[in-house]
Amino acid sequence: MASNASSASLPRLRVPWAVVGVTPFMVFALLFLILPTLFLVVGAFQDNEGGFTLANLGKLWTPTILASYWISIKVSVASAVIGAAIGAFIAYAAVSGGLPRWIRPTIMTFSGVASQFAGVPLAFAFLATLGRQGLVTLFLSSLFGVNIYAKGFNLLSFWGLTLTYLYFQIPLMVLIVTPAIEGLRKEWREAATILGASNWQYWRHIAGPVLLPSFLGAALLLFANAFGAIATAYALTGSSLNIVTILLYAQIRGDVLHDQNLGYAIAFGMIVITGLSNLCYILLRVRSERWLK
Amino acid sequence: MSFIEISHLKKSFGPNTVVHDFSLSIEKGEFVSFLGPSGCGKTTILRMIAGFENATSGSLHVGGVEMTNLPPAKRNVGMVFQAYALFPNLTVAGNIGFGLKIAGKERGEIDARVAEMLELIKLPDLGDRYPYQLSGGQQQRVALARALAIKPQVLLLDEPLSALDAKIRVSLREEIRSLQRELGITTVFVTHDQEEALSISDRIVVMNQGRADQIGTPSEIYNNPATRFVASFVGTLNLFEARVVDPATGRVSIDGQPVLTARDISTYGIADEATVALRPEALSLGGGDGDRNALTGTVEEVSFLGAVIRVRVRLREARVSLDIFNDPALDLPKIGKPATVSFKKDDLLIIDRH
Amino acid sequence: MKSNRLGHWLAILIGTLYFVVPLAATFEFSLRKLRGIYSFEAYRVVLADPQFQSSFTFSVGLAVVTIVFGMAIIVPMAYFVELRLRKLRPLVEFVTLLPLVVPAIVIVFGYLRLYNSSSFLPLTNSTLSTNFLLTCGYVTLALPYMYRSVDTGLRAIDVRTLTEAAESLGASSATIIWRIILPNIRSAMLSGAFLTFAIVIGEFTFASLLNRPAFGPYLQLIGANRAYEPAALACMAFMITWACMGIIQVVSRNAVAARP
Repeated sequence: MASNASSASLPRLRVPWAVVGVTPFMVFALLFLILPTLFLVVGAFQDNEGGFTLANLGKLWTPTILASYWISIKVSVASAVIGAAIGAFIAYAAVSGGLPRWIRPTIMTFSGVASQFAGVPLAFAFLATLGRQGLVTLFLSSLFGVNIYAKGFNLLSFWGLTLTYLYFQIPLMVLIVTPAIEGLRKEWREAATILGASNWQYWRHIAGPVLLPSFLGAALLLFANAFGAIATAYALTGSSLNIVTILLYAQIRGDVLHDQNLGYAIAFGMIVITGLSNLCYILLRVRSERWLK
Repeated sequence: MSFIEISHLKKSFGPNTVVHDFSLSIEKGEFVSFLGPSGCGKTTILRMIAGFENATSGSLHVGGVEMTNLPPAKRNVGMVFQAYALFPNLTVAGNIGFGLKIAGKERGEIDARVAEMLELIKLPDLGDRYPYQLSGGQQQRVALARALAIKPQVLLLDEPLSALDAKIRVSLREEIRSLQRELGITTVFVTHDQEEALSISDRIVVMNQGRADQIGTPSEIYNNPATRFVASFVGTLNLFEARVVDPATGRVSIDGQPVLTARDISTYGIADEATVALRPEALSLGGGDGDRNALTGTVEEVSFLGAVIRVRVRLREARVSLDIFNDPALDLPKIGKPATVSFKKDDLLIIDRH
Repeated sequence: MKSNRLGHWLAILIGTLYFVVPLAATFEFSLRKLRGIYSFEAYRVVLADPQFQSSFTFSVGLAVVTIVFGMAIIVPMAYFVELRLRKLRPLVEFVTLLPLVVPAIVIVFGYLRLYNSSSFLPLTNSTLSTNFLLTCGYVTLALPYMYRSVDTGLRAIDVRTLTEAAESLGASSATIIWRIILPNIRSAMLSGAFLTFAIVIGEFTFASLLNRPAFGPYLQLIGANRAYEPAALACMAFMITWACMGIIQVVSRNAVAARP
């Protein structure tokens, strides 16, 4: 076989450069992305002796763990929905004209910066703004006599974290959804208008349905983005707000009772949730790209 | 009063005036084309008729009703855009029925009208498709059906063929013309393609820098271009700077060679310069006998175009192109050989004076 | 139309306030270190802190290694996928999207279990190999962004024609990548590089769980123990992010301008 092949082809052996070029990436992805993830997924279904079990997943159904998933989902949903709505509106305002020309590139650049400004420094920024000694907190109490902390506000809470996450969620939404809004062709509005449609009817029948998949898709991406975040929350609240990433962090650190298969199960649960939302995002994007082509 | 009466229409964007004092009357059922290069103001006029742009001054009447400042939704006009203007989220049927749905028509009435329109554009089975599943030509036919479904009093076509392939462009323009005749709908068509305008229109408006250089039937525009711009934009004319030798007898010299024109040049003075034009198909090779004018030079290039053969002859300074019909028995002119080109004196056009 | 425009202005204004106020507040807060007067004392303290210097240098070095290593495996892969192995594109798209699906903390958890001291590849055993593992983690984190920018750059030039033209002149694969492809996608690579830099420089989860003295854990530590220094650090972090994004803008604008 081998001698056949070499005698059939030219005597000079051709180096398959394409395979050589792709292999390092594939090996890397396998070792540092696929295998570690698979290891956890498999581990979630194994007991200490390596046998198959659903007990680990069953252990997720304890009040603390369920509560931490629940608070994570709540914060992620709230910051995704609010971020998506505000981000879409800002993107629309920036794109749709009527404003000076420099506004649009300025907003895009700024969104690029703000969407990456996450993690620990963001927590510091919000502590300096809305913490007990924060500028806005002091400003409100000295100027209007309103002590927001006395009124029940706490930065280290659901709403505090949501408000903080919005700082990167809104600009991220602006970045993701702007191409879709730019994809709205001015001919569609003109065609609708000349066929007798009002502005509201145009949005109701054409622009709304056209943008909906992009909008929902972007919101799902924001959801996954918030769901996997940890640094901001950890620096902001320590472990006083028990979102699931912080729970897993503590689990890994061994701060709590060490049960590594439970850790796998928690990780598996997170993959399922972000995986589902990303799957929906991809499906919706395929649909909207088909339209906007 | 004509069906569409445009009088002294003017449009400025800031300091730029893109349409200057434009007037035109269009009869009911007429097919009028606006022809010109991009930026000549033809689209702006169309958009003022549609109501997307407000006129800076002047007025517009359709069917005796003043429309100058009416919003687009109230004008009852249909419009077909350059391309990609179908609503992507609606089916073909949804697109065609959109105007009727907005008007609050009954479901049954809409369905019947949509079916009728699909029949009309010869796509009876495609009602359930989405725009992205259609070819460019099909999309534009649906766009046409959508515009016509609301029974508009005027149909506006904004370069509807420019994004299509050459072959489809020709077949669709013939289809548009026959549909227009069948429905008798008054139509305004904007294009930068002279062949398209010549083949489809009752009348053509040749636009140049915001003004109408010439308004006339296709044959008037082609055979008697009023300005140098019209002459160069419509057709592939040979243009020359000629010197008037004798205004009384119509004698001029082209490239130093004396020729006669049948046109009246009595207003010119001796030695005045005049722009003259010759259509390639008015010229033939050889001859010069009788009352035909002759120019001599050498053959510079011969291109075989199928039905015709285009020959370029170099005179002393100028060049002249002529078309001869293809004939297998014909001896093709040889490059580098001397040649004589002849034409009737009726065919020498005088464009304008300097 | 007028009221419409007013709404747009309002949206932009509220958005701007939401993003500027925390920055202003942080800056103001960072100046409060000395009682009663505004000063840059917090910055001075931070900059003079040897731990700041060492952790920052560590993270900068890590970012540079991440960029070089990441590009070294991504560029050849993206080039050959675009040129010869189009069938692999869906797989590559999926793999490069995975880091957005699997949270960072899950990935690092996997590393800790898979590469611990008793495993087949005990990468966490020595400082050097742990640093390597951390770099790999950062390449993974940056994968979606690096691949996307390289891919955009490759699609903007006609890879196939360029390669065939170079091959017809007798160039080898390595020469083509190094002399033809790389110079043409330089600005796309630079965009990806600076984005990666911005991501790596303050990253917390990986560094903290792998116990490496990077800038992210240092930030967290300062945040837990000091009052005004965190604000100063946040301002500096923001400046770094801003600089990275600004450079990306300039680089990509030049790329557009250079195109005929």
